This record gives sequence, C-alpha cells and structure tokens, in this order.
Amino acid sequence: MSVLLNRNTRVIVQGLTGKIGSFHAEDMKRYGTNVVGGVTPGKGGQSQQGIPVFNTVKGAVRETGAEASIVFVPPPFAADSIMEAADAGIKLCVCITDGIPSQDMMRVKRYMLRYRREDRMTLIGPNCAGVITPGQALMGIMPGSIYLPGRVGIVGRSGTLGYEAASQMKSLGIGVSTSVGIGGDPINGSSFKDILELFENDDETDAVVMIGEIGGPQEAEAAEWAKTNMKKPLIAYIAGLSAPKGKRMGHAGAIISAFGESAQEKVEILRDAGVTIVQTPASFGPTVAGVLAEQRKAA
Amino acid sequence: MDIHEYQAKELLSRHSVHIPRGGLAYSPEQAAYRTREIGGDKWVVKAQIHSGARGKAGGIRICKSDKEVSDAAEAMLGRKLVTHQTGPRGKLVSRLYIEETVDIRQEIYLGFVLDRKAERVMIVASASGGMEIEEIAERQPDSIIRAIVDPGVGMQQFQAREIAFGLGLENSLIGKATDTIMGCYQVFRDYDASMLEINPLVVTREGNLMALDAKMSFDENALFRRPEISELRDKSQEDPRETFASDRGLSYVGLEGNIGCIINGAGLAMATMDMIKIAGGEPANFLDIGGGASPERVAKAFRAVLADKNVETILVNIFAGINRCDWVAEGVLKAIHEVGVNVPLVVRLAGTNVEEGRRILSASGQSIIVADTLAEAAEKAVAAMRQSVLKKAS
Repeated sequence: MSVLLNRNTRVIVQGLTGKIGSFHAEDMKRYGTNVVGGVTPGKGGQSQQGIPVFNTVKGAVRETGAEASIVFVPPPFAADSIMEAADAGIKLCVCITDGIPSQDMMRVKRYMLRYRREDRMTLIGPNCAGVITPGQALMGIMPGSIYLPGRVGIVGRSGTLGYEAASQMKSLGIGVSTSVGIGGDPINGSSFKDILELFENDDETDAVVMIGEIGGPQEAEAAEWAKTNMKKPLIAYIAGLSAPKGKRMGHAGAIISAFGESAQEKVEILRDAGVTIVQTPASFGPTVAGVLAEQRKAA
Repeated sequence: MDIHEYQAKELLSRHSVHIPRGGLAYSPEQAAYRTREIGGDKWVVKAQIHSGARGKAGGIRICKSDKEVSDAAEAMLGRKLVTHQTGPRGKLVSRLYIEETVDIRQEIYLGFVLDRKAERVMIVASASGGMEIEEIAERQPDSIIRAIVDPGVGMQQFQAREIAFGLGLENSLIGKATDTIMGCYQVFRDYDASMLEINPLVVTREGNLMALDAKMSFDENALFRRPEISELRDKSQEDPRETFASDRGLSYVGLEGNIGCIINGAGLAMATMDMIKIAGGEPANFLDIGGGASPERVAKAFRAVLADKNVETILVNIFAGINRCDWVAEGVLKAIHEVGVNVPLVVRLAGTNVEEGRRILSASGQSIIVADTLAEAAEKAVAAMRQSVLKKAS
C-alpha cells in the first residue's frame, strides 16, 4: 500500500464545525476519505454534515476507532490540539493550520517524545497542504483532480508548487502513489528524510520527487540520508534562486539565515549526493519521465 | 519582526542584563541634553536602524562634548544609512541612542537562536566578541560554545554556568554571567523571540558585565499574544512597498527587478520568480495572495505591485485548487477594471476549469497576454517587459 494513508484509514477532523474544517471535511468525504468523526470542544453530541462531533479526541477515538486526525484549529490553539491527538493514541496527524508560534511547535515536538517509538504519532505539517493517496483518500486541502494514481511519491513544502509538479506529471500520464506536504514552517512534524524513508520502504512507489526551498537544513539532511540509504531514484527541485538573504519568502521557514540554506547551495549538496535535479520549475514532468524511462531500461 | 537596539536593551535590562546609561533622542538638541542627563565626558551616538554593521556605515560615533554630540546627531538624523544588511536602498535614521562610554577589558559574543536542526533554542557564545558570528565561525571556530535548551524544562543554571566557565571568565564574574545568560533566555522565551544577539557583551575595567549592543527579532506568528512587542514595530524601517502590502494582509517582499509577480502559494511564487530569472528577467517582488484568490485580494495585489514604480510588466500565475479558474479570471478582470493596469499583463491560470478561465480572459477585450504553461508565462513576461522598456527609451 501507499504511504501513511489509504481508503480504509479512519479519519477525524479537529475543528470540524469551523468554516474551513467543515468545507474541507465535505471535500475529503467526496474524494473517498473515510471520515468517521469530528472534534469541537463543547459541541459533542451534535452532528455536522452527517459526521458525529465529539468534545475530546479521546472520546472520538473511543467511539469511532479513529487512527488519523486532521487539524483545522486556529493558530493559538493548534499546538494544544496536536498534543491532544498524540495523547489519544492517534497514529497520523496532519496539521493544516498556518501561523503556529515556533515555541509552541518546539513544545509539541518535545511532548511527542513522551511516547515510546512504536506508540508515537506521526505528525505532518503544520502549514501544509496535507496528504493524498490518489484514487483512495485525501487528508488535506489539495484538489484531488490533478493527481493521477500511480507509482511516484511526491514530498514537498509548498502546496501550489506541489500541484504544479503533479499536474505536469499527469499531463505526461505519470501517476502518484502518495503526495505529502510537510509544510513551510521552520519547525515541522515530519522532515523530508522521514518521508523519503517511508517511500523507500513502500512497495507501491518506484521513484520520489522532492520539492524543497530555501531555508533550514532539511534538504541537506535528506540528501545525506538518500546518498547511503536510498535505492529508488530521487528527483529534486529547490525553489528560491532569486531569494535574497535574510528575507522571509512567505513561508515562515523560507529564509536564508545560514550557510548552505540558499537554493544554489542546496542544489549543489543534492547533486553531490547523486540526486537528479529538476532544472526549472517547468520541467518536473519531463525530468520525472526521463528518470522513469531509464529505470525501465535498466530493469 | 525586528526591534531597535534601545528597545532590546530596555527589555533585557528588566531581566538582570546590565546596560550602559543612555537615552533616546529625536533631535540634536535632545541628544545634547541626554549628555547632561547621563553625565561623564565621553558619549556614543548610535543611529537606531534595523541593521547591524552600523559602525562602518557612519552610524556610530564617539563624541567628547555636547557640541560634538549635537553635530553627530545633526549629521545622522534624516539620513539613510546603507550597510551590507540593509540593501542598496538603506534605512532611515529617525532616532538616536546616546550612551555613556565604558572601558572595555574583554568582548564576548552571546547569541540565542531557534536552531532548526535541533528544533530547540540554541545558545551560541564566544570569547572572541566584537566581530560578526560568521567571522568568528571562520576565524576562531574553536572559540564557539553551544548549548541547547530542553523546552520541557527550560534553560538550567548549570548550562549558563558551563558557558560562563567556557568563556574563560574569572571566578568573580561567573555569577554575573550566569544571571545575564539566564535573563536573556527568559526574555527570549517570555516574548517569543526568534533571535537575540548581544555583541559585544563586555567585561568592563571595573569588572562588570555589560551589553554594549543588542539585537532582537520576534516570531511574527506569536505577535497575537505579545501586544507589548507588536507596539515596538517601526514601520519607517520597512520597505514602504512591504508596509503597503502587509497593511493589506498580503505576503510581499520587495526586490530590485521590474517584473511584478502575483501568485498563489509561497512555493509557486518562488518557483515563478526562478522561472523569470531563467528566462532572462528579474522579479520586482515576491507576492503570495494565498489560497483564495478572490477578486478583492487580486485587486489589492495589483495595487501593491503597481506601487513599485520600477514595475514594467505584471505576471499573474494562479494554480486554482479549491477555487476555479473561471472565478479567478473574472476576479482578474474586475481587479484590472478597478485598479487600472497600465503595464503589460501576462496571466497564466492552471487547475480546475482552466479552459473556461482562459476563454474568459481572451474574450474580455482587454489586452491580456494569456499563457498556458509556467515556462511560456515567464518567457512572455520577459518579452513584454523588454518591449515596454524599449518603448519608454524611444
């Protein structure tokens, strides 16, 4: 099976009764996601679009057997919601919320270490587009129609740039096993390396596209890991060639503040690790097609 | 969000960090008056701008009389200082900080950052203060001491003590240094800072420890719960284009090129700018209008981009996910009508209902250059920009 999410995954929506939560819950259900419940403190016992609402995540897990949760809670309360999910035994939490303070995320990550590795929740995001396993299930805000089911994994920080890549691939008939948005914040739940590991061990993924950007050490860390551990082809693009040093480019984490954090430097590091570089954001499709063709030839 | 040196010092001095006596001045007269208030016979006049490296740019002067202080103030106030951190446009000096001088025995570097690898607060210290941390890392890498704080329990006394001993301070200063480091951490944590730098922290001839300079930045995502920090924002230190956009809720960064960009999503915005560069142009800005791309937001974005007089062409690139291209196209037309766009406009739409969106743009009778792909959009924008520049020159 694809990574993280499939059509059987039982999903709850934290912040279901809000405007954004209810809109996307509907959209996810329509796509085929097994949405079994929602959580809004104080609204337990009600139902929203036919989805039962619970006061606490523990309550929702007890009643529905939910194993995954998507968070649409506003920034001041989002960190608390993630920790609540971790403590309730949720295995996968996708946090869409943009604008969570860094110190809150530091606390979240520290809190998650309380649990033994095998009980620990996987957190995707925050400030991300979510996860989609095309043709099966969607936990996020991406438009399902641009993804063709297939065997290439995508992991990226940005939402719309990920759509650009997926639609370029779709136009060449290349499908996606799972696409994971890890988000644009400086401190996030899962890193590029974490997701690459999942794809490397997934029988339904043949190659991986990684879409990085300026700022932070995660692309370099992923390159180092891939160099010694990854057998499947890795294809990467880094956004932000024209970004000046010290300026935040939209994402809280997209800022060049140290050596090795510019697009040029990251491309160098990836190339040195043997990663295929997507030269321009207009060539995701052809580059992936080329790598897949070589893979077939070799096989 | 950055704050001024005097503001950072004021915050720190409330938490066991010692600072020299000083006062703020908005005029040469006030600067001269501060010297009498502070006392002594030697003062430093420091331009308050959001940038380091002020000294080399003429923003820090040592003066020996109130006349000299007032002359230095006269020379600095109202001027733009250009340092290697401000960009070529420089930053306006409208406030000065007048401070007593101290006799320095040793200069120390002390910094607090949010380390993205450890995902925790990291303290960086070096006994070779006075130069920038990059320079220390290059010249004296062995002098750098690091410590990481467990956010579960916060910084511990022993960590501060280890740093103090690591800096080679004499026994009589260890207690003071520990208090200073703990105080800094408390300020960093309690006010949601993202960066705090004291460079230099000095040992004075009298055996005191004092912060001669202080720089602080704050996590913008946390400002909702730090009203006392939000109040310290000084818009005169921002690029006016960025202030205009941020007042309208847009994420905008001003650059030096002439192709204005309006894009949804930060990653796609950066990628589109890259594509412009690859096609031989230079972007005038980064602008993410967010997921929705409603007509109101598109109109605001046009205004923000056109506020930059260098803009010769605008490139709109919207990947419609949740919304639909036909709505976005109508939004673009409405915005053009409302704002009045007087430079060539290239629009690339992708995603849901893209055919209908392109049809609406082509049928509008407006002179919109429609592009199908990202590459085509960038090439057409660069071509339109060149023509527009040529036309102006002839």
